[in-house]
Amino acid sequence: MVVIDATGRPPMASGAVPRPVRSRNPLDHGVPTGREEAWRFTPLRRLRGLLAGPDADGKVSVTVSAPAGVAVEQLDAADPRIGRVLTPADRVAAFAMARAGGATAVTIPAEAALAEPVIVHLHGESPRTAAGAAAGVAYGHLSIEVGPFASATVVLDHTGSATYAGNVEVYVGHGASLTFVSLQDWDAGAVHVGAHAYSIGRDAKLRSFTVTLGGDLVRLNPTVEYRGPGGDAELNGVFFTDAGQHQEHRLLVTHTPRSCRSRVTYKGALRGDAAHSVWIGDVLIEADAVDTDTYELNRNLVLTDGARADSVPNLEILTGEIVGAGHASATGRFDDEALFYLQSRGIPPAEARRLVVHGFFAEVIDRIQVTEVRDRIMATVSGRLGETPAGDSTEAAAGAGAVVGAGAGPAGA
Amino acid sequence: MTAAVSTLEIRNLHVSVETEEGPREILRGVDLTVRKGETHAIMGPNGSGKSTLSYSIAGHPKYTVTDGSITLDGEDVLAMGVDARARAGIFLAMQYPVEIPGVSVSNFLRSSATAVRGEAPKLRTWVKEVKASMEALEMDPAFAERGVNEGFSGGEKKRHEILQMALLKPKIAVLDETDSGLDVDALRIVSGGIEAVRAKGETGILLITHYTRILRYIKPEFVHVMAAGRIVDEGGPELAAVLEDSGYDRYVKGDGAAAPAGAGAVS
Repeated sequence: MVVIDATGRPPMASGAVPRPVRSRNPLDHGVPTGREEAWRFTPLRRLRGLLAGPDADGKVSVTVSAPAGVAVEQLDAADPRIGRVLTPADRVAAFAMARAGGATAVTIPAEAALAEPVIVHLHGESPRTAAGAAAGVAYGHLSIEVGPFASATVVLDHTGSATYAGNVEVYVGHGASLTFVSLQDWDAGAVHVGAHAYSIGRDAKLRSFTVTLGGDLVRLNPTVEYRGPGGDAELNGVFFTDAGQHQEHRLLVTHTPRSCRSRVTYKGALRGDAAHSVWIGDVLIEADAVDTDTYELNRNLVLTDGARADSVPNLEILTGEIVGAGHASATGRFDDEALFYLQSRGIPPAEARRLVVHGFFAEVIDRIQVTEVRDRIMATVSGRLGETPAGDSTEAAAGAGAVVGAGAGPAGA
Repeated sequence: MTAAVSTLEIRNLHVSVETEEGPREILRGVDLTVRKGETHAIMGPNGSGKSTLSYSIAGHPKYTVTDGSITLDGEDVLAMGVDARARAGIFLAMQYPVEIPGVSVSNFLRSSATAVRGEAPKLRTWVKEVKASMEALEMDPAFAERGVNEGFSGGEKKRHEILQMALLKPKIAVLDETDSGLDVDALRIVSGGIEAVRAKGETGILLITHYTRILRYIKPEFVHVMAAGRIVDEGGPELAAVLEDSGYDRYVKGDGAAAPAGAGAVS
């Protein structure tokens, strides 16, 4: 994992964290077969052809509501502001950039202190087939820039249904602070593949929340780069993967300048047959990134039999002079002793489970300071848990079969 | 509260746990009757089955009742789920209360009071009730916003257990080694909380303890000695004084009822 050489020679990369090809040209990216590290967990057939970059025949409408002073513009495809942060690392992202026909740009001016969040509604309006599958393909590109020393909250709210390849690039200017929420609350049947690239300025702070609840297949690729020392990125995530859903979050944090910090905290709950979550947490600390402080964590709570959580943290460190670098991954079932404790206080089994799941997510969700969004996420999670047949017993949940995960241990321990 | 006398009756209780070598019997015919307003102490050496008895009353799935009965006012407790037992009026203060991350104490207390009382307590009276009970146990109000047992010290956990007992007003409260791990101050506070519930006369208390220390604060009317899965001696408070002096040696050596090797794991 760690390659440290005090002699001054160029360090040897262990390759633990892959370096993908980066190009805006889709043809520079190979067509995945499903054996590649980057694609091995993704059910390619369920991408509905997005790898081939079909012409758009559907629509995802974009509506921005923003406080005064925030500029919202449509950029045309040739605008040089597109692609300053994001250079696609796979075919889908490259096709999205090529076919989106421009971008929606949101610019928060320097030193602005926004009292209200910027809300970007992305609503899939593609007709659904009789089978419930989203038929229409749509591409999108969002470009968000927070000016130096500004502070802002931006919420992306994905709803409706579509087969959507959407890129998001975010630049947080020097000394600025951004809270960024991306909520994937798609209807069943939606497919969403997205590259979310964040660039963090000197002494800037990003606190992001990626919340994936809906859709048939969601595959997001958040990446963080730092443009100067003192940058701080908190990447939080929550997902609730139900029967048949595939939810994949592949993160890459690259520490290039010195004295930056990153914290990754993803928590997922899975339930039902063929519920599949994938969490890949790649952190690369480059040779000059001395004084780096990073930690990443993924915990998965498997609620029933038949669900599968894959969790793979990778850490590659090319300098030894760091504050700290670590990761943790654990996939487990309900803590039976916690359920017993709650039930021994009269709380019925279904409600006991709901409390435990709420508590499990609360650590992340409670940090979202946008009340409407936080309440909506909790209400959605509650509603989904409420669908559990009321009569099913603790024993049924506790007795369910084995789960595959990179780490095994009591969730929430 | 109804005027009826609440009675927990345990008859010929046999309980086994699953081990790697197959089921092992831990309780071998326990008989015990606890009525509302009475305080019973069950004392015994490690491995005698005291904790097994308490968990069996509460319905922990790890323990299998192979024979005998437990009834509360004639109702078959063994036929009830864990939550139904609590709603019927049985409370277990646990020796090792479990952490439930992210679930606040206030949310938890209100959920359990709602379940046990059958309706949500009126918010205003509830807040007062919780505040008063917490003050009596010398608990910081900020405690209510912490996660259940999350990062609690040993003393805080036990106070939290007694707080729940005070709020849920059970008919029968089983206190499983509530005194263990407490320093003198915490023992005094926790004992005060137990004594306050006892003084109301609405709760039958089954105090399970290894040491006689807590009996200086709480005087039971009945003392039972448990060894090797049975009640082997019974008496009044004077029996506790005898145990204080002589320990359990005569119970574990005398009649071949010494706990089998490894039984310490099931204390």
